Amino acid sequence: MDVLVYLIPISLLLGGVGLVAFVYTVKSNQYDDPEGNSQRILTKTYDDEPKP
Amino acid sequence: MTAALRAPVSACPACSAAPAAENLAERALPEDARISLSLPTAHCGACISSVENVLNAQAGVKDARVNLTLKRASIAVEDWVTPAELIRVLDRVGYPAHELDDGTIASTETDKAGRDLLMRLAVAGFASMNVMLLSVSVWSGAADATRDLFHWISAAITLPTIAFSGQPFFRNAWSALKNARLNMDVPIVLAILLAVVTSLWETSLSGEHAYFDAALALTFFLLAGRYLDHRTRSIARSAAEELAALEVPRALLMVGEEPVETPISEIKVGDPILVRPGGRMPVDGEITKGQSELDRSLLTGETLPVFAEQGLAVSAGEINLTGPLTIRASAVGQDSSLHQMAELVAVAESGRNRYTSLADSAAKLYAPGVHILSALSFLGWLIYSGDARVALNIAAAVLIITCPCALGLAVPAVTTAASGRLFKKGLLIKHSTALERLAEVDTVMFDKTGTLTNGAPVLDAPETYSSNYLSVAMALAIGSAHPLSKSVAKAASTLGVSPAMVEALEEIPGYGTKGLWQGQPVMLGRAAWMGARPQSATATYLKIGEAEPIAFRFTDALRQGAAETVTALQDAGKQVILISGDTAPAVETLADALNISRWTAEALPSDKVQRIQELTDNGHKVLMVGDGLNDTAALTAAHVSISPASALDAARVASDIVLLGNELEPIVDALSTAVSARKRIRENFRIATIYNVIAVPIAILGLATPLVAALAMSASSITVSLNALRLR
Repeated sequence: MDVLVYLIPISLLLGGVGLVAFVYTVKSNQYDDPEGNSQRILTKTYDDEPKP
Repeated sequence: MTAALRAPVSACPACSAAPAAENLAERALPEDARISLSLPTAHCGACISSVENVLNAQAGVKDARVNLTLKRASIAVEDWVTPAELIRVLDRVGYPAHELDDGTIASTETDKAGRDLLMRLAVAGFASMNVMLLSVSVWSGAADATRDLFHWISAAITLPTIAFSGQPFFRNAWSALKNARLNMDVPIVLAILLAVVTSLWETSLSGEHAYFDAALALTFFLLAGRYLDHRTRSIARSAAEELAALEVPRALLMVGEEPVETPISEIKVGDPILVRPGGRMPVDGEITKGQSELDRSLLTGETLPVFAEQGLAVSAGEINLTGPLTIRASAVGQDSSLHQMAELVAVAESGRNRYTSLADSAAKLYAPGVHILSALSFLGWLIYSGDARVALNIAAAVLIITCPCALGLAVPAVTTAASGRLFKKGLLIKHSTALERLAEVDTVMFDKTGTLTNGAPVLDAPETYSSNYLSVAMALAIGSAHPLSKSVAKAASTLGVSPAMVEALEEIPGYGTKGLWQGQPVMLGRAAWMGARPQSATATYLKIGEAEPIAFRFTDALRQGAAETVTALQDAGKQVILISGDTAPAVETLADALNISRWTAEALPSDKVQRIQELTDNGHKVLMVGDGLNDTAALTAAHVSISPASALDAARVASDIVLLGNELEPIVDALSTAVSARKRIRENFRIATIYNVIAVPIAILGLATPLVAALAMSASSITVSLNALRLR
């Protein structure tokens, strides 16, 4: 059962990373326009180079 | 781990306040001028790119971004760019746009409460998944030191999470208790706290059962219900505020000879104000210069325009039709007739305040019942076993098992599904209990002008007039902005008549248009102007030379789908009533055309309220559909109310539901959807009750292990949510 000493912190860390990522997406307004985002994927506008 | 993560969110309120302050400062800088436009027709990916490309290609536009969910464009521009310019550009590529008042919508842009709930929901979800993992290992056989370790780790995750995510419940419960009342949140908080305390106690004594996962799952499910509820309402609220933002409140103040755009709040009594043709009176006042006609239909329901000249008193909300008018403000802000109308609204007892929602009445039964049940099982087990630890454990299990996961989701899940469906059909549900109240309606009362009709006159039987008359009238009418003139010109061109050669055209504001046709004077306008005898119906008069003037009669065209709506409502067994401030003949004609047997004409705003009160006293539940200022009090007094998007701001605020499109037919859909939504809500309550009837005895007998509690709780929540999705 010694493996638990590694596994539990690792599982908590991974979950924590997910939570931090979610907090970041909420703070940076990424849920403001879900409908628009699903349509923007299909446009070719920034396919070749990122938005300046 | 969780504690460390949480710190930036909750431990330092000043930190989260500071970035907000920075944002504000940024917005105040002059180079960050923003324009918001409403784009009602944007619906696809191509719309986004074409609108953004067109806007970004404009000189002075720094960045344009379309939000498809809200159907809005937010544009960062240089100071000198005006919204009108951008609207013209968009119009040319086929996207009609309207300016939005940035101040009014700024509050909805960052939905703080929604984000706050989402964050708490996410933290609760994260924590409950981790604790569930640990709990599953305990249930599948971890024992002794391993079990204790898992319990302690669970406790370390649970305590800070509950402290953060449970705050909305703690706050609501505390404010209820402070006022010596019970609400749904009191048993919830008690269950969560009791679960945590007994679990900590058990863990410290190396006990077998801990309910950390149950406490977290409870918080998670209930927060999900709260979030759904909040989102449904905030979508409706932001759309409603967008409608309000469409009317940018400005007036043209005369400074010397120059009109200056001024916010209405800065207008003082005695200020001279210019009202252009087509404009709305911003304040109450008296006409000091100019002649015109006024459309008072929004205030009184009259369709016939009123002649206006120097000395006539005007009220805010009336529309100036033909000539420019200068008025002297006599009452502004609080004193204006608009506000007095609003006071009438405040006096009328609101239908929504009298109503107790299904959720509230369920909570009234539920909260005391649960407390008594859990207290009794604590006492019973204390007497039976003499062991406070066992008794407390059982009491906690009873509270957790009965706790209203399903009850908390039963209403929001259904209203979210129903509101979303109705929003797609063009109905905006503004009030949280509007659907429930709508389901009870048995009487529908319609206003006439602007609700059942378009509020725009249409020429009666144009083919009966000789084409000579029509072509002269068309020539006279074609350049005028007066609604009757526009209607004559439109009717004539539909019939294929071309305008006659009329020279020396001149529009006399307030009277009509005159000119020369084949050497004789011709005039089109008011009866009194050419010495004709005025008729009772809405009409305009044409005089050619010295001949007797002929009358062009108009009727107000029915709104699209009005007849079908009334028939469908009558077929559904609803009583339909027509009430209007317009004259009796006009109302009677419409009532006959729509086959409505009960109608009232020349009704004052207070008459409408009285009529609704009488019906309510007789046990009827009235749905009021109206658009004018004269309807606002009636809209408030009715059990539930609907107004079209074209209605005045005050009427929209007073109503529970707003019709976004031009058609009336969604009202029928709304009634049937409301009935099936209420059915689903009741079913959900029944499911929750059955589940409690089975689970509570198990808990009281002391057979509910944490595993049973977790299974039962999730099963009931999921059943209720799935049932809500069945809504059709």
